[in-house]
Amino acid sequence: MARARHPTEDPGWVKALVIGVVMVFLALVLILPLVAVFAEALRKGVPAAVEAVLHEDALAAVKLTLLTAAIAVPFNAIFGLCASWAVAKHDFPGKSFLITLIDLPFSVSPVVAGLIYVLVFGMQGWLGEWLLDNDLKVIFAVPGIVLATVFVTFPFVARELIPLMQEQGTSEEEAAISMGASGLYTFWRVTTPNVRWGLLYGVLLCNARAMGEFGAVSVVSGHIRGLTNTMPLHVEILYNEYDFVGAFAVAALLCLLAIVTLVLKTALEVAQPAVRRGGH
Amino acid sequence: MTAESLAAQRPAAARRPLFRRRSAIPGFGLTLGVTLSILSLVVLIPLSAVALKAAELSPSEFVAAAFSERAMAAYRLTFGAALVAAIANGVFGVLTTWALVRYEFPGKTIINALVDLPFALPTAVAGIALATLYAPNGWIGQFLTPLGIKAAYNPVGVTIALIFIGLPFVVRTIEPVMRDLSADVEEASASLGAGRLQTIWRVILPALGPAWLTGFAMAFARGVGEYGSVIFIAGNMPYKSEIAPLLIIIQLEQFQYAQAASIAVVMLVVSFLMLFVINAIQAFSRRFV
Amino acid sequence: MTISIRSVQKQFGRYPALNHVDLEIADGELLALLGPSGSGKTTLLRAIAGLEFPDAGQVLFHDKDVTYASAAARRVGFVFQQYALFKHMTVAKNIAFGLDVRKGKDKPPKAEIAKRVDELLKLVELDGLGGRYPSQLSGGQRQRVALSRALAVQPSVLLLDEPFGALDATVRKSLRKELRRVHDATGVTTIFVTHDQEEALELADRVAILNKGQIEQIGSPREVHDNPASAFVCGFVGESNRFEGKVEGGRFVAGPLVLPAPDVANGAAVAFVRPHDFVLADEGLDAKVERVNAQGALARVDAVLANGARVEIAASRADADRFSGSVKLAVGKSHVYAA
Repeated sequence: MARARHPTEDPGWVKALVIGVVMVFLALVLILPLVAVFAEALRKGVPAAVEAVLHEDALAAVKLTLLTAAIAVPFNAIFGLCASWAVAKHDFPGKSFLITLIDLPFSVSPVVAGLIYVLVFGMQGWLGEWLLDNDLKVIFAVPGIVLATVFVTFPFVARELIPLMQEQGTSEEEAAISMGASGLYTFWRVTTPNVRWGLLYGVLLCNARAMGEFGAVSVVSGHIRGLTNTMPLHVEILYNEYDFVGAFAVAALLCLLAIVTLVLKTALEVAQPAVRRGGH
Repeated sequence: MTAESLAAQRPAAARRPLFRRRSAIPGFGLTLGVTLSILSLVVLIPLSAVALKAAELSPSEFVAAAFSERAMAAYRLTFGAALVAAIANGVFGVLTTWALVRYEFPGKTIINALVDLPFALPTAVAGIALATLYAPNGWIGQFLTPLGIKAAYNPVGVTIALIFIGLPFVVRTIEPVMRDLSADVEEASASLGAGRLQTIWRVILPALGPAWLTGFAMAFARGVGEYGSVIFIAGNMPYKSEIAPLLIIIQLEQFQYAQAASIAVVMLVVSFLMLFVINAIQAFSRRFV
Repeated sequence: MTISIRSVQKQFGRYPALNHVDLEIADGELLALLGPSGSGKTTLLRAIAGLEFPDAGQVLFHDKDVTYASAAARRVGFVFQQYALFKHMTVAKNIAFGLDVRKGKDKPPKAEIAKRVDELLKLVELDGLGGRYPSQLSGGQRQRVALSRALAVQPSVLLLDEPFGALDATVRKSLRKELRRVHDATGVTTIFVTHDQEEALELADRVAILNKGQIEQIGSPREVHDNPASAFVCGFVGESNRFEGKVEGGRFVAGPLVLPAPDVANGAAVAFVRPHDFVLADEGLDAKVERVNAQGALARVDAVLANGARVEIAASRADADRFSGSVKLAVGKSHVYAA
């Protein structure tokens, strides 16, 4: 008699069908767009693509993107460490409410995220007059871009570290404290090493989002070529001018960033499965 | 023995500290203070600006701004496309997770990593890529045009972009649940006489229910606010293919801040509602675990 | 339903879980598969259920070859170690599951299913709990739901995989009695797997002892306890003191201990003496009493023989006081096996 299937296994044809459908779906939705970016970037050959990327406006956009990430990511990392220390190592009422508040930027549309800073720092905003008097520009300038990026990437590190620290518990810290260590020492020498992979993971995701943010930055930026354009905004400008090769070339750079992020992310997840805990 | 000498023998009471220590671990006050301050300055106060700005309008003005015909068309598009995209991701997400968790096939590791692409890829890049693919003469669009199907510059395009954006939410939310499903429940179902389809329908899928709903809600919530990946493929024609976030920007460009804030208020209310729904689903599901 | 296992082989990688196992199970009997972990008892049970398929050999239900039939086709009731209850269904829906999934004509009408569920709830003393969810039940209650779920489909054989393993001692004891009661009430052939020999000996009509994928002995509880067929069985079932030594000319010798071993070949050997088979005597082994622990009906005595071997003795409470200082021991029954 033919070997029967184990009760938890699907018949061979079902497996083939499901895998087939999934592959087609993912190809259409995920893989093709990725391929399209590189194909369009190289449509007129490699030199044209390289030239687009090395154009001074593009380089300025790259610099601004890097600068923004260099400020936003460490800021949110420090916030994340601070918040997770407060939340995970202590008990207090309203803890889950606080976590929900920290998560808020996740649920807010990026355009709204940009809008709120326009309302605060814009010319007609709360601080508009004061900024004008002191010759400071936030909206339509770099500080506004940085702020909007900080908002949008705000929860990334915290929501990775909080569950991780909660899971690790407080026993190691309590042991250190009972042996006379100060809070800061404990934090630096006991807690941080335990969460370093989670921190790295959170920083990785934070950075990817920071460099790629579009909607929020678009609202506060002013789109001034060479000055207040990040890479995603620059892509938009080139695309709207029908400079497709240029747009896709810069986009390809961002794609490479995304691929590197995915590779590092996967490597981290394989090496340190605990980081997955925090969720996206 | 007199009362005085007895009292003298009692040790002096320790002084009550001003603040009850909340926990043995120090730094609570400092870190909580910093956390709350930054949270307020960066998130909460700016967010309140929206409500306050919208509040400058009288109720009828607010309604006129937030629920104008153009706004309603935008909401219909935004929420409708997000819903359809979330459903599509709900279906394909289950299939994808099923294949990733239960089957072995070549390229599985790469596919697994790629599922997170929408998280890692800048939305503008996704936007122009999808627009190029599905434009009438695009890679895919060219096959659809002779069939009379328009996949770009209309609600269909918006939906396609939102499917891209929402894909990882369903997959990553049900993945751990599917992994944790112990085989014995499936074996129990089989031993009781259920066929494979019955086991999947009656036992496995219901166990995934809460997680699926959560993923669905998250995909929907993300789709509602999405801008960068949609704006290139959308068409952006008022009343027809204009998404709500774009309407906010247009109002901003026309310096109609209060009107922009009104629409933003509507979007925020929906966002918070979704947050609430997601939390409720998760709390509900803990009943069964 | 009689069950025949004929020369069943099952390999997991390089590891032989079942090694030419033969077993005949009578209709209506309550059989225990007893053995340490890794002995193959669970694999055997699952092979009978259709949750594993042997590499070679046959499984017959009433002379019908079901070796590769699916679990669904065999009409077995299987109770899992972790209960495997459907968490999102009520107790009643769990129990009714096997009947709900029947198709077409086989499916009884709703009223009948409900009636059957009620009967079973009464049988396992869970009346009125039909509307609860598994997460609202205690471990013992969940186990009873699992049992009645398996019984609902009127299986030809009931299989239980370490059914009481996850429960505490008092619950375990009461559920054991329950299982016996249910078995006697339904008369269905029942096989259960356990590593707890006390449980096996207390419950079963017959006990099959497995070790390293093979059946070492099958017999009534009394038989396997009083006449163990091998050193392994002797050491595994009941308590015993173990001695390593040599057999020469029909006698086992290990230091001062000498035991009759008429059927054992000369050479290295191992002997077992049960704690209650050491008795106080006027002549015999010299032993120094180290500790007397009088608990319950029996007193347990730790003593040391002249050659340093430690022995454990079980005696009646009345005799406990006579165990002090140096005593002499005689051996009642002993078991000797070639090593």
